[in-house]
Amino acid sequence: MGIETDNKEIISSIRENAKLLLSENQVDVIIGYSEGTVPLSSTPIIIRKEEDVDKLIWNNLCYINLARYLAPLMPQLCDSEGNSLKIGIVAKGCVGRAVNLLAVEKQIDLDNIKMIGFNCNGIVNRSKIDLEIGEKEILDVSISGDDIIVKGHNWEKKFPYDQYINELCKVCQIKSPSATDANCIGECQELESIHDEFSDIAEFESKSADEKWAYIKDALQVCTLCYSCRQACPMCYCNLCFVDQNMPTWFGKTTQFTDIFTFHLIRAQHLAGRCVACGACSSVCPVGIDLNIITRKLEKIAKERFDYTSGLNAETIPPMMDFKMEDEEEFMLEED
Amino acid sequence: MTETVLEEKKIDEKWEPKIIAFLCNWCSYAGADLAGVSRIQYPPNIRIVRVPCSGRVNPYFIIKSLVDGWDGVVVSGCHPGDCHYISGNLVARRRFAILKELLEFFGIEPGRVNFMWASAAEGERFAVLIRKVTKIVKELGPNTKFQKEWC
Repeated sequence: MGIETDNKEIISSIRENAKLLLSENQVDVIIGYSEGTVPLSSTPIIIRKEEDVDKLIWNNLCYINLARYLAPLMPQLCDSEGNSLKIGIVAKGCVGRAVNLLAVEKQIDLDNIKMIGFNCNGIVNRSKIDLEIGEKEILDVSISGDDIIVKGHNWEKKFPYDQYINELCKVCQIKSPSATDANCIGECQELESIHDEFSDIAEFESKSADEKWAYIKDALQVCTLCYSCRQACPMCYCNLCFVDQNMPTWFGKTTQFTDIFTFHLIRAQHLAGRCVACGACSSVCPVGIDLNIITRKLEKIAKERFDYTSGLNAETIPPMMDFKMEDEEEFMLEED
Repeated sequence: MTETVLEEKKIDEKWEPKIIAFLCNWCSYAGADLAGVSRIQYPPNIRIVRVPCSGRVNPYFIIKSLVDGWDGVVVSGCHPGDCHYISGNLVARRRFAILKELLEFFGIEPGRVNFMWASAAEGERFAVLIRKVTKIVKELGPNTKFQKEWC
């Protein structure tokens, strides 16, 4: 069983389910993935007709979190009066999490959503591959067996899949959407809670403050503040983001490290307990910044402090929308 | 500010930290007032900003203060359960918990940002805690990591 055969099975199940939903008129539109127009990428596609289901694909470059198009709702997914159509959405585990969380936050109505679930087999880390190829032009990317084969003019390079998988996917435990049969077709599961040791960031956390700062500074200072990470994030749906507010202008628009750092810190704060760990932010970064370490930390805070994992169901209220009298307050200053 | 200037500032024995204090109108601000009228001594390093409630304090206020060059931040509100708006400080507490963890994760000294509770009757406690904050920030030295270079 290689990745290639896995993908083929997933594609056929997605197409079959999509066809079923459209033919039975359970949904009006289906949003899914299609072949990308540039190498190492994929493109979202909206289909309305049964005969178009063959355009739907799945491979390990489908890094976009499709829940991004649900809130705020894309005009293509509305009828002429601006009401939501019945939407089918091709959902890997993290898309399912985002859909659940958007429903908790009252951004979408789950009655309008039908997920087409499947067992995701992980996303490839594009920037890692990009980095190794360098400036050579990529002409073709294919997956054969367990390898990703990248071809260009007179060269060909093999990348073993298990070494180039996204860090988040390595530790991911929610491969298929956590949903009930009522709003999911295909693979889905009902998860109560998950167990996670967060051993992957323990090493980073044990470093000294100066070492951590040096690492963060090194990683983030190439950021150009293009806000791609915000645009790709399914949970960043604010009408007016804090970086765009200009009365008063809180946020500096320079690329000095202070401004870059402030952006990432406040974005992390806003996503605490809400991040669904899809890794879309890192995948879309044009300069290849690895934000996964922040993502993992946010998951850790939510899990350890509030015993919460985002997007497991559409009922539990996220920690930052709630409070308890008996919350931990070990960080508060006390008299000696 | 160039690094050499900051280095000199650090060596300078007379260097005193500047600390911004966000005090809630109903408890901590009155507590600070009580410390004043009771003539309890506390360091003059803090500059007070009066806010309606500790829940009004956006984490960005805290970050912005550090960016603008304050050496330390302290946020103080009513004790849990005593909030004038019933639950403002409980909401704030979760926010601060996350901010504090994130700052530590990113390698900012945890002592730069401090949170405390002080009621209107606790003038003495307010003075003691402000003394403590000033001591912590003084030991950390000037805020160099965060400060913006204004050209």
